[in-house]
Amino acid sequence: MARYRCEVCDYVYDEAVGDPREGFPPGTAWSAVPDDWACPDCGVREKVDFVPSADAAAG
Amino acid sequence: MRDGSLSGNLSGQVVAAGERPQWRDGKRYLWILGTVVPLFLFLGWGLVNLTGLGVFWFIGPIVLYVMIPLLDIAIGDDPSNAPEDVVAWLEQDRYYRWVTYLFLPCQFVAFFTGFWLMTRHGGPPVVDKIGITTTLGMLNGIAINTAHELGHKKEHLERWFARIALAPCGYGHFFIEHNRGHHVRVATADDPASSRLGETFWGFWPRTVVGSVRNGWRLERTRLRRMDKRVISLRNDVLNAWAMTVVVWAAALLLFGIGILPYLIVQAVIAFSLLEAVNYLEHYGLLRQTLPSGRFERVTPRHSWNNNHLTTNLFLYHLQRHSDHHANPTRRYQSLRHFEESPQLPAGYAAMILLAYVPPLWRLVMDKRVLAHYGGDVTLANIDPRKSAKVLAKYGSAAGADPAQASAA
Repeated sequence: MARYRCEVCDYVYDEAVGDPREGFPPGTAWSAVPDDWACPDCGVREKVDFVPSADAAAG
Repeated sequence: MRDGSLSGNLSGQVVAAGERPQWRDGKRYLWILGTVVPLFLFLGWGLVNLTGLGVFWFIGPIVLYVMIPLLDIAIGDDPSNAPEDVVAWLEQDRYYRWVTYLFLPCQFVAFFTGFWLMTRHGGPPVVDKIGITTTLGMLNGIAINTAHELGHKKEHLERWFARIALAPCGYGHFFIEHNRGHHVRVATADDPASSRLGETFWGFWPRTVVGSVRNGWRLERTRLRRMDKRVISLRNDVLNAWAMTVVVWAAALLLFGIGILPYLIVQAVIAFSLLEAVNYLEHYGLLRQTLPSGRFERVTPRHSWNNNHLTTNLFLYHLQRHSDHHANPTRRYQSLRHFEESPQLPAGYAAMILLAYVPPLWRLVMDKRVLAHYGGDVTLANIDPRKSAKVLAKYGSAAGADPAQASAA
């Protein structure tokens, strides 16, 4: 399960956790997240701008 | 990580939380000025009693349109930034949060006191009621700025506080549309809350008011459909924010009678119109260019109008450091920075609002600044399509255009 991070505000999308409030239940693959989905915390970056995150800690 | 104790991409070595740095924040205690803004109603009441002059019920516009612009001129600029290495400490210091939280009780005490003053002993003359209504409108308009600061934060508590601050003016959808709509599309033709070159405030007003409701609704509908939930429910953040308005207004009507309804509506319109005037001047004419990929270029400091006048900045929680806010929306007000490369307004937001009400004066002051910002190339600006022929005829000759400067946009 991969994790992707917003470089502006450090919000992390973790495929294992998803983001249920955004309509992505746990286990939702990053590929299933729409391209125009913007970072829910800062709104500055969109999905395509997120970077793979190697951090071990869960979000 | 959803913990907001370190929001923004805070670079550099940081002072550990709890460890107090050598640096002292000169504005630390001055931020309380913003917190007690709603209590200006009581100052007005006192002055009315003292002088017998009903004009002091208009204390809201007196402070905003006269006192603050004069203080801006007298006190002037403050371009100072907190050193980067204390920002983490500054962000975690809970004092700064309490400064914004305590605005809410002040706001609600003023709101209900205003309507009590309007109705006690059969109520004062209509002109006084209009004065109190205008003052309440201004206070609740400034509350939208507090809501704005709170609504950008990652903590749920602060997001709830944002909705409470928006309840008296019925603009709860702002907290959705602003964060998820305006910030994504700022300084593009798609954003209803970014004003365009040649567009007057009066032409912008209906576009942004209608566009904000529509977009806020669309954003929540999309989110809820993705969740497979009903759109018409209290899970919808637009609807639960509006529900708070229903509760607050119902309480006011029960306490003070149906007769206050027109004043309740007028103060709300004054409040959100004040916000929209600020929206109007924050991005006037500024445009993010379209990249070869078809996407808009990233938001940079060049896409917002800024100002460093200290007084307005204190009353509006550094809102005028708007470029940093758009680059790092979750950064807290106390650590927002002045950037040299950000375009500057000639006066503070308070004075610029007055200018925005008078389109010929606004154009006289601002159009040349937009043009200069783009090195004389008006085609790089966000031009009102309804006025494009006129704007291009007026500025399109690109007299004195410096292509090198223009391409830097």
